[in-house]
Amino acid sequence: MRGAVYKIFKYTLFDLLRSRWLGSYAILVGLMTAGLLYLGDDPTQAAVSVLNLVILVVPLVSLVLGLMYHYANRDFALLVLTQPVPRGSVYWGQLLGLGLSLTGAYLSGVAVPFAAYGALGMGEVDWPTVGMLLFVGAMVTLVFSSLALFVGVSNDERVRALGIAIAVWFVLTFVYDSLLLAFIILAQAYPIDRWVIGISMLNPVDLARVLVLLHLDTAALMGYTGALFRKFLGTGLGTATAVLALVLWTVVPAVLAGRVFARKDF
Amino acid sequence: MWSSLSAAFPRGLLVALVLALAPAGAKTLTVCPSCPVRTLKEAFALAEDGDTVVVDGGHYAEGNLVLDKSIVLLGKNLPVLDGEGKYEILTVKADGVQIRGFEFRGSGVNFIKDQAAVKMVDAEHCVIENNRFVNNFFAIYLEKSRHCMIRNNRIVSNAENENYSGNGIHLWNSFDVDIVGNYVARHRDGIYLEFVRDSRIVNNVSEDHVRYGLHFMFSEDNLFRGNVFRRSGAGVAVMYSKRTRMEENRFEYNWGGASYGLLLKDINDSDIRRNVFFKNTVGIYADGSNRTSVYANDFVQNGYAMRIFANSMGMIFMYNNFLGNTFDVATNSTESYNSYLKNYWDKYEGYDLDKNGIGDVPYRPVSLFSLVVENYPQALVLLHSPLVQFMDRAERIFPVFSPKAIEDDQPFMFRILWSEWKNLPSDTER
Repeated sequence: MRGAVYKIFKYTLFDLLRSRWLGSYAILVGLMTAGLLYLGDDPTQAAVSVLNLVILVVPLVSLVLGLMYHYANRDFALLVLTQPVPRGSVYWGQLLGLGLSLTGAYLSGVAVPFAAYGALGMGEVDWPTVGMLLFVGAMVTLVFSSLALFVGVSNDERVRALGIAIAVWFVLTFVYDSLLLAFIILAQAYPIDRWVIGISMLNPVDLARVLVLLHLDTAALMGYTGALFRKFLGTGLGTATAVLALVLWTVVPAVLAGRVFARKDF
Repeated sequence: MWSSLSAAFPRGLLVALVLALAPAGAKTLTVCPSCPVRTLKEAFALAEDGDTVVVDGGHYAEGNLVLDKSIVLLGKNLPVLDGEGKYEILTVKADGVQIRGFEFRGSGVNFIKDQAAVKMVDAEHCVIENNRFVNNFFAIYLEKSRHCMIRNNRIVSNAENENYSGNGIHLWNSFDVDIVGNYVARHRDGIYLEFVRDSRIVNNVSEDHVRYGLHFMFSEDNLFRGNVFRRSGAGVAVMYSKRTRMEENRFEYNWGGASYGLLLKDINDSDIRRNVFFKNTVGIYADGSNRTSVYANDFVQNGYAMRIFANSMGMIFMYNNFLGNTFDVATNSTESYNSYLKNYWDKYEGYDLDKNGIGDVPYRPVSLFSLVVENYPQALVLLHSPLVQFMDRAERIFPVFSPKAIEDDQPFMFRILWSEWKNLPSDTER
């Protein structure tokens, strides 16, 4: 099975690398990062702006490109499935190919401009922060590509799937935060700091945002809750929890989608 | 201000000359490890008013030295006066004393007395110039003194918390003192003034203090100008004081959970102009500050450019530049009795149809999110969330919640180059 996963993965990866979309995505991310870096006067400010990219654009692109690839590739999957190949390997090969190529596009898009900025001596690059930005963006990409496959595998109709994907994106980026804000306002009379931390760690997008913000000077603005957050994430347990939460967000939809795929009647 | 400063200095010099020359037999005593006079105690006993004591090199640990004659103390080859971490080093109880060229080291920490390296008690026309102060509890301490000059000293300690540390330059119940060109670092407060009036603090650098770079309590009619305040709990704290003028200073990197560039607490009739606030958690924090004008300052990349509480009234904010701050203005109420006029706000998105350089639609510097945060601090977890950005944008287009009282109805379209202005227009407009 491992050989088959690798073959499918390799095929998916090369197929995606040849596609125009992936290249355009990498270039888009690269141009946006470069623009923010070179046009602005402060790399910290640029990091905050790239963070916005991670929160808004990366999830959406991962979802949409993931779905597009899934549907475009459906006939190929069907063809492969008629061969004596385990179903699981077809699915995991596809997921790995998709997730890693999108991650690669994101990483190169962000890292190259920052590296050039540093190498050209245009200013100090705060590599720990950029590193966190890269890590968090990569995790968000993986989370949303596995969500994309889950939505894709569970729906035959692509318009419906696209609708669901956008709804998922909207819920995680906007609705979730609105509910959190409503909770904060309604439960003001209670000691809710720990709850707020817990709730924001449940959402991969919020978690990504907080992880990066705590790396920036901006953390001092985040007041008591921010300090608590920082203290918690400063501990081994806190870091482990944060990483575990992101990994769970990647693995759970992937496994669920794998089960649907395994039982699916194509 | 320059005229008063230059007036003050020659006056000090003149007095010094008079004191040095007037007594007929003014003499010079030399103290050094190999001289006939080997201790300062001996020299002080031998000297008379108007004499000069020259100390040539050496290391003197003589406990607490008390000087009650008006003499000039000159250090050659940087003699060291050591308090051994126990004593107050030099207590001066006479007028016209001048202290130049010494290194003072290790005045003792004491929780009952404020032990200083140099303490002036009820002294007039003192001069403390070109000395070094290393690891002292309090370094320079003026008590009920007046017409003094503290100039070009280097004052560095090793303060780590508020309880075990003292202030660099401490003035209590004094007036007409000039503090010029000193470097003060790592004390509790760099420069502390309590019940001080008509004094000037000019061109100093004050940084890395546990508490404040410069601290005013119950002081009136003082001026600080051209100083740099860096990396302290607050760059400058002005409390319970009146008519303080704050000009051309730089407040920078005062960054931390409870740090401020300029902290104003119950002050009146003051003037803040031509300062630069760069990378402070809060640029100006105003609590109960009245009739204070904030003209022609730059607020660059601060967390909050200004936090103005609703108990501050009659403040005027004019010709300021707000660039790259996370929040421009935060306040705790929708009411405001201050006026905002003709500032440049980089977040302003209005237009200027008649091309007069002034935006045609008002700008409201208090964002919805900053208002939410002021009332529900936990909401800061949502900083930079897309929801928050959406909220702020929506509010900017259809203002419902943001305080109408805080509105700049003549916002500049471009950054105000006030550094090129000879006179601030506000001088005449006011």
